[in-house]
Amino acid sequence: MTLSHDLLTTFAPLPVLIPLLAAAATLVVGRSPRVQRVLATVALSAAVAVCGVLLYLADRDGTVAVQVGGWETPIGITVVVDRLSAAMLLVSAIVLLAVALYGAGQNIADAQVKQPTSIFWPTYLVLSGGVAMAFLAGDLFNLFVGFEILLVASFVLLTLGATAERIRAGVSYVMVSMVSSMIFLIGTAVIYGATGTLNLAQLATRMDAIPDGIRQAVYGVLLVAFGIKAAVFPLSNWLPDSYPTAPAPVTAVFAGLLTKVGVYAIVRTQTLLFPDGGFDNLLLVTGLLTMLIGIFGAIAQNDIRRLLSFTLVSHIGYMMFGVGIANTIGLAGAVYYIAHHILVQTALFLVVGLIERQAGSTSLRRVGGLAAASPLLAGLFLIPALNLGGIPPFSGFIGKVALLQAGAQDGSSLAWILVAGSVLTSLLTLYVMARVWSKAFWRPREQAPDGHLVSATLPSLVEDNTDMLYDERVDPGRLPAMMVLPTAALVGVGLALTVWAGPVLGIADRAAVELQDRGIYIGAVLGGGTK
Amino acid sequence: MTANLTLLIVVGVLIACGVYLLLERTVSKMLLGILLFSNAVNLLILTMGGGDGAPPIQGAGDVEHDIMADPLAQALVLTAIVITMGVSAFVLALAYRSYILTTSEKVENDPEDIGIAGREPEEPEE
Repeated sequence: MTLSHDLLTTFAPLPVLIPLLAAAATLVVGRSPRVQRVLATVALSAAVAVCGVLLYLADRDGTVAVQVGGWETPIGITVVVDRLSAAMLLVSAIVLLAVALYGAGQNIADAQVKQPTSIFWPTYLVLSGGVAMAFLAGDLFNLFVGFEILLVASFVLLTLGATAERIRAGVSYVMVSMVSSMIFLIGTAVIYGATGTLNLAQLATRMDAIPDGIRQAVYGVLLVAFGIKAAVFPLSNWLPDSYPTAPAPVTAVFAGLLTKVGVYAIVRTQTLLFPDGGFDNLLLVTGLLTMLIGIFGAIAQNDIRRLLSFTLVSHIGYMMFGVGIANTIGLAGAVYYIAHHILVQTALFLVVGLIERQAGSTSLRRVGGLAAASPLLAGLFLIPALNLGGIPPFSGFIGKVALLQAGAQDGSSLAWILVAGSVLTSLLTLYVMARVWSKAFWRPREQAPDGHLVSATLPSLVEDNTDMLYDERVDPGRLPAMMVLPTAALVGVGLALTVWAGPVLGIADRAAVELQDRGIYIGAVLGGGTK
Repeated sequence: MTANLTLLIVVGVLIACGVYLLLERTVSKMLLGILLFSNAVNLLILTMGGGDGAPPIQGAGDVEHDIMADPLAQALVLTAIVITMGVSAFVLALAYRSYILTTSEKVENDPEDIGIAGREPEEPEE
């Protein structure tokens, strides 16, 4: 085998291994927050580097499957790296690193406050490992295990500090997640009963042999399971209730990554197992409803975090649009849009964390005058906000245009309705962002209905410091550089998607072509085919 | 493949009961619902693994059993059981914590939701 192939087989399992080993290491040094932080950031930086190499190699050499432990395909566990999974891995690794630095900055800035350091970092790293595992899994059951790893870690992160509010949100989140996992397992069980395998590539070859009814039923079950995780419209109500209660870095990483893992699973199963669809129209309709109802929900919100959670739901609709259209441009647009949205949404939630720190609240009824108080913060909010709304030079615009082109190319009346819906959603997103901007940043503080926050609690990973007042902080109003820099970096990466739109779209295009030709994936895993 | 109808009916009944319990607002009842649901799913996986009576592992000198049960289905069930057990322990901890904090383990509505729906809002705590 060639050198690069050896490199790939060595590197492919690392995005899972590095965070998990680091999680163990951070548990060992649980008594020293500083060592924990250093370990975590080093591990996540290494993960970024590894994922970068993986994407480069996958883009150059095509799909590669690694048989873990040397067991051949139907028996062993397969790890598959193709352009889609490598791109997802790289984007998620970047986001995880940025949020980790932000969290570390918050820890350092709140050093005088007691922190639940011993458990935050190990859990966060396990979450990273689970996300990577879901992206790399070559069979349905390992996809399930990847989901479970990241879900269980997210349960802990969501209820960190265990205030009444977080427990309330946590219980419904845990229940919804468990039900979706159970539904996924039902789908897995029926697929296994019908085909006798769980390996995705082998399934792809056997799927045509089973009766249409069973295939449709299984696809429906899987779509419901992934739809819950991805927060697609009728199954999205849990999200805005649970995410906003978590600490800022946790919400940011959840918002950016966890739903996208569900979207990734939908893309993967749709292209590999059910290429002739059957539910394409359903995907399009739910995509449309997700977009519109999500953004209408966002208009009604007063709390910036909840508002952003609704825009998060809304923009999942764009990805469903691309997947449902399922032509090359549509899939490429969806891949590009996923990458764009992970970066932008995470950046926005990090900025909201900064807003909370600066103003003591995230309620639009309370905050005001932030543009004057902190122009830097205003800039940091404005760029991703415009990006999300799809203002021309930004990546949100490029992704949306790709999707609109896909809709136009498809040409069916439903596709045109979706084109209209997505333009409307884009405008409404802009309206929502403008509303936050004009209220939180532009309006003088005195004009806020419940304005003049004299004292506010210092948000932190734990809430056992509720008696600590805003004004008692050493430097009220000054934002810690360690928190601003990662946010700025993430905003910058979002901008880089615009600057290097050509190469990124190129990767997305090749990923889409690769997704549409199942033979590549099957050949890579089962052998016998070209790479 | 032949499926065992009795087991499938049991699966259906367990899922129905599980979903019913999940719709309750008390954490401990929801937990029971999750447990019933997950056991139903485990049974389903087992049913999909093939007929009953065959051993999943054969000893070296085993001559009595010429047919093996599908070991993969059993491995899947084992993994699923472990995961459910872990999550159940976590949910119990949540229920306990909820009881300590609010002397009830009822899951309340989101105060923001209530406020936005325009009903008489219980003043949300900031």
